[in-house]
Amino acid sequence: MRVATATADPMAPRLARVRRRRRDGPDVWTLDIETEEADGLLFAPGQFNMLTAFGVGEVPISFSGDPAEPSRLVHTIRAVGPVSTALARLGPGEPIGLRGPFGAGWPMAEAAGRDVMIVTGGLGLAPVRPVLYCLLAERERYGHIVLLHGARSPNDILFRRELEMWLRRHEIDIEVTVDHAISDWRGHVGVVTTLIPRAAFDPRHAIALVCGPEVMMRFVITGLRDAGVADDAIYLSMERNMKCAIGSCGHCQFGTVFVCRDGPVFRYDRVSQLLALKEI
Amino acid sequence: METAQPTVLTTEGLEGLLGALRRRGYRVVGPTIRDQAIIYDDIASITDLPQGWTDTQEGGSYRLARRENDALFGYAVGPHSWKKFLHPPVLRLWRAERDAGGRRIVPEPDPDERFAFIGVRACDLHAIAIQDKVFLQSTQVDPHYRARREDAFIVAVNCAVAGGTCFCVSMNTGPKAEAGFDLALTEMLGEEEHRFLVEAGTDAGCAILAELPHNSPATTDDLCAATAIVARTAGSMGREMRSDDMHELLLRNLSHSRWDEVAKRCLTCGNCTMVCPTCFCTSVEESSDLAGVETSRSRRWDSCFTMDFSYIHGGSVRSTVRSRYRQWMTHKLATWFDQFGTSGCVGCGRCITWCPVGIDITEEVNAIREIEPQ
Amino acid sequence: MEGLERIIKEHPFFAGLDLGFCALICGCAKNVRYEAGQYLFHEGEPANEFYLIRHGRVSLELHAPERGAVTFQTLGPGEVVGVSWLIPPYRWSYDAKALELTRAIALDAACLRQKCEADHDLGYDLMKRFMPVLIQRLQTSRLQALDVYCARPLKPCA
Repeated sequence: MRVATATADPMAPRLARVRRRRRDGPDVWTLDIETEEADGLLFAPGQFNMLTAFGVGEVPISFSGDPAEPSRLVHTIRAVGPVSTALARLGPGEPIGLRGPFGAGWPMAEAAGRDVMIVTGGLGLAPVRPVLYCLLAERERYGHIVLLHGARSPNDILFRRELEMWLRRHEIDIEVTVDHAISDWRGHVGVVTTLIPRAAFDPRHAIALVCGPEVMMRFVITGLRDAGVADDAIYLSMERNMKCAIGSCGHCQFGTVFVCRDGPVFRYDRVSQLLALKEI
Repeated sequence: METAQPTVLTTEGLEGLLGALRRRGYRVVGPTIRDQAIIYDDIASITDLPQGWTDTQEGGSYRLARRENDALFGYAVGPHSWKKFLHPPVLRLWRAERDAGGRRIVPEPDPDERFAFIGVRACDLHAIAIQDKVFLQSTQVDPHYRARREDAFIVAVNCAVAGGTCFCVSMNTGPKAEAGFDLALTEMLGEEEHRFLVEAGTDAGCAILAELPHNSPATTDDLCAATAIVARTAGSMGREMRSDDMHELLLRNLSHSRWDEVAKRCLTCGNCTMVCPTCFCTSVEESSDLAGVETSRSRRWDSCFTMDFSYIHGGSVRSTVRSRYRQWMTHKLATWFDQFGTSGCVGCGRCITWCPVGIDITEEVNAIREIEPQ
Repeated sequence: MEGLERIIKEHPFFAGLDLGFCALICGCAKNVRYEAGQYLFHEGEPANEFYLIRHGRVSLELHAPERGAVTFQTLGPGEVVGVSWLIPPYRWSYDAKALELTRAIALDAACLRQKCEADHDLGYDLMKRFMPVLIQRLQTSRLQALDVYCARPLKPCA
């Protein structure tokens, strides 16, 4: 009864509960959430939920967990504003509001049979992690898989232990670079674009997925195009202010599209002209 | 729908219509004078209507003036539009109560009132149809809008005067009410007469019309007179704007120098978005009692002219006035077509009248068209 | 000598190099090897050489008193270390340290500058090879300066 009435309004959240909370960076926390429905919530990689901290507000957060585990909804949150800070503080057992899943995700079907080049920056690795779970679950369906990840500093590298674990399995090439490093960091230093020319993939038959701050994505896309990746083989995930997630609050407009409904993942050639303009 | 012959109603008949609507349980709202403007609010009888008044409108200017006759609908449109009833400025969406199990989400009940709108202009009928597309014909239906919209009874009025900032003819949205009403009136005032030609647009309109007193079948002369009134209004539009090429024109001129020019005048006050009958943008806000037992979320009209509107962590996507005006105007006249298959502008002229510095959307479009960089 | 010539010709930095130029450049080249942790050069020292990395990795560092050595770039096989030798006062503006065992070709700066002065075609060829490296490093430095992954860009960030 409660659920039925609560879900009738797309603006009313369903009630969920935090099951687990762990730290993934200086101000980054990952929550495992379970809904009241036993079978959880099916979602596609790249989609997002609107998460409510009761009494504080609601923000869009991408799924960062495994789509094969719909009863464990994983969201990685950077505590930057009042709502994300309140969400990041929620501990096990605490109630959380949830609306979703929303949006068009990564083109998983398109990736089959091709090399997959993934370039992420900062927290941009979180919305792509479900892609990696899917790729690894059916590793034989894909060609070379490369993950290039840029972070601010070694301490800011998201999901570091998981990346190291994947590295040891040799199923995907992983290169991580940081903007600056001190002390004992022995990996790459420099922007993530510098890793593209050295990566082992076939740019003419690859699909590229890009996620990170918009300025980083612009330069990564230039690097991918220079390497020979076609415009219609590059996908990116856009970030805009969102209040409703159903295309009716107007906030996330990006030219003709609503990022919440038509995105957040877009094929590059469809937004390239808008991306080149400022303050759209 | 039953075919109903056009009917002529006296002012007593119109009063009868208000009564019949009220008896059917409608909350009757229509034009009335408040704070020196004609706004939309509850009306108890036709004496609440702005009889004998008109409005004089120009860019950045709105004044009431006496008419030489006792017309009830002898003005254009004021600062209000019907969206304030269908898409309320502030609306609670839900509450969450803390209980033994944690929280309980309590949806907001549907409103227990049905609206009857009196005096809806052709431009505003189009505006309602546009918001229908946004809230009812999109991927997700907005139940709050639907609850208010579904049972609304609409009495349209064909415009007998064009306002100084009107341009519905340019936008193909008026001045005659063509669709989207239950009843449509044309006010006819002569030496000895004060009558209304009434056309029904729905079964509900037919039914209520049939039971009204002081009604008689319209004659050919009545129909001709009504047509002439609307034709005269169409010929006296305050503004004009070519609208067939707006989409391409604006989207290929996103870097036009005119955006810088208009940015020098625009105060980003957001008035245009508040008075616009189609602007639908909202924000949400959270509130809670001091004990944190009950929290609630409300939806509030928002404006793309604010810095917060496009805020993502770190800053606003559209931090300049130029980009915010461009967003508003290109959305209204261009990208709206991509999103909803229609223009977002109905030519009502409110944004021109209520802009404190008189920025004129028709003038801005024309300026961009006149000097297109190659 | 023949080994050096082959290494230089095959190094990506000198892709498509004219044979005559190759001979001139070879005259200024020698093989070098750095153990992990060993410095190629330090900030403030005369920029007497530049290096073509063959194997291994080199980090470029700036020393800040309160933070220690801050690495702002790492370079690997196929890349070139050092551009300060090109322009007066020919002094290094950072430290370069081998992160792992690194083999490289060191090119004598004074020798090469002299040959470039004598043969401007050689000088122009070298400039055309160095300029993209300079521009690319400038662009990446700009991106690093933007601190795009910081939660609150352009504001103090913990």
